[in-house]
Amino acid sequence: MSKPIRFYYDLLSPIARGLWIGLKFSNSPVEYCPIALRKFEQLTDEYKKINRFQKVPAIVGGDFHLSETIAIIRYLADKGQFDEKLYPKTLENRARVDEFLEWQHLNIRLACSMYFRDAWLFPMNGIAPKPKPEQIQALIEGVENNLGLLERLWLENDFLVGKNLTMADILGSSEINQLRLCQYRVDEKKFPKVVKWLERVRVSANPYHDEGLTFIDRKSKQSTAAKL
Amino acid sequence: MSQPLKFYFDFLNQSSRALYILLEASKIPFEAIPISMLKGEHLTGEFRDNVNRFRKLPAITDHGYQLSENVAIFRHLAREKLVPEHWYPRRHLGRSRIDEYLAWQQTNMGVATTEYFQQKWLVPYLQKTRPADNAVNLASKQLEHTLNEFEQLFLNSRKFMMGDNISYADLSAICEIDQPKSIGYNAFQNRNKLARWYETVREELGPHYKEVLGEFEAKLKGSGSGQQQGVAQAVKQ
Repeated sequence: MSKPIRFYYDLLSPIARGLWIGLKFSNSPVEYCPIALRKFEQLTDEYKKINRFQKVPAIVGGDFHLSETIAIIRYLADKGQFDEKLYPKTLENRARVDEFLEWQHLNIRLACSMYFRDAWLFPMNGIAPKPKPEQIQALIEGVENNLGLLERLWLENDFLVGKNLTMADILGSSEINQLRLCQYRVDEKKFPKVVKWLERVRVSANPYHDEGLTFIDRKSKQSTAAKL
Repeated sequence: MSQPLKFYFDFLNQSSRALYILLEASKIPFEAIPISMLKGEHLTGEFRDNVNRFRKLPAITDHGYQLSENVAIFRHLAREKLVPEHWYPRRHLGRSRIDEYLAWQQTNMGVATTEYFQQKWLVPYLQKTRPADNAVNLASKQLEHTLNEFEQLFLNSRKFMMGDNISYADLSAICEIDQPKSIGYNAFQNRNKLARWYETVREELGPHYKEVLGEFEAKLKGSGSGQQQGVAQAVKQ
């Protein structure tokens, strides 16, 4: 039996969480190695030996160290260690997944991570004050412009790439789900397709989808309770 | 006869240049279809409906199959066409290393070079104003940081990023660096490793690269003439 790869992740990171879900579906031996970003464990010298970029996610297989989610997915797929439905072998579908993952980097991912960073992460860690209402509004507009693109350009079918769940759906929805921490919910009136798609992804990716969001949901409830 | 592969590009765009050079160097038959971003040709309904619904460049249609996004196009070509092995080598896990770099580039080098180019050249060109010092300084700082990271993380004692042979990582990276370099930014100050690597890649790429870079620089000069003289002067500073 092949030696398990070591997977370094933090479920607080949307992209690491997405890959974590993908790996749970892939019946390959994986040793899960959590890295606490909130304790800055990714910045230690010890972790630098694992990943010179000092980011999560990362994998180690034997002497081979690899970072960047899409590179990890492709590497494991080439080794036959990644679920073929999630990263399809057929040329057109694989190219479409690649296209979405590249598109989302500077669209959905960028807008959501800026909102998350400025509205939750920085204030929570005392790095910056809580943004003013008009700043929050500008961040929400950035997110909703991108949700609009998702609604119009990507959601012609049940999933982003045809009729089946792929890593495009898992990683795309993971970015949006991150905003639960900011008490943001996608408006069904504005983005009906997106809301239905998020639910389809949840159902198709369970039980791992909900398990991966346990920490996020717990923190989100704490924030709500604090407001009350 | 029209080619099954149609390539839509603008040499003002760094990914367009990289893919164009790859297609030429790999001797892949293709129909080159220039699209002027400055004239907004990528924003037309025709382009959206027939080429790329995202209205972005570069884009391809291959036997009617439409695809956008630089890396997705590159992987499609590597898988479907006769792209020489050294551009995306299977040996020694080379593909994974190239994938890793291209993913890093997208949110680091690509963002920094584009932001600098936009603030120093594109925004002033479109708005017929001088570059905003604050915005340029901020973009310059980001670019400094990214180039330092690039040198530390990806350049070592070997000739190219992946070893002794040039790969798409090198081609993509040099096209990124040319974006600010062509409007006067000195990328090589206190970066000897970067300067050495740049020269090696430039030499290796030969006439295809030289021709495409020449076209890009001519475009910059051409756009800067006539009513845009103020912009041309601002860019020189």
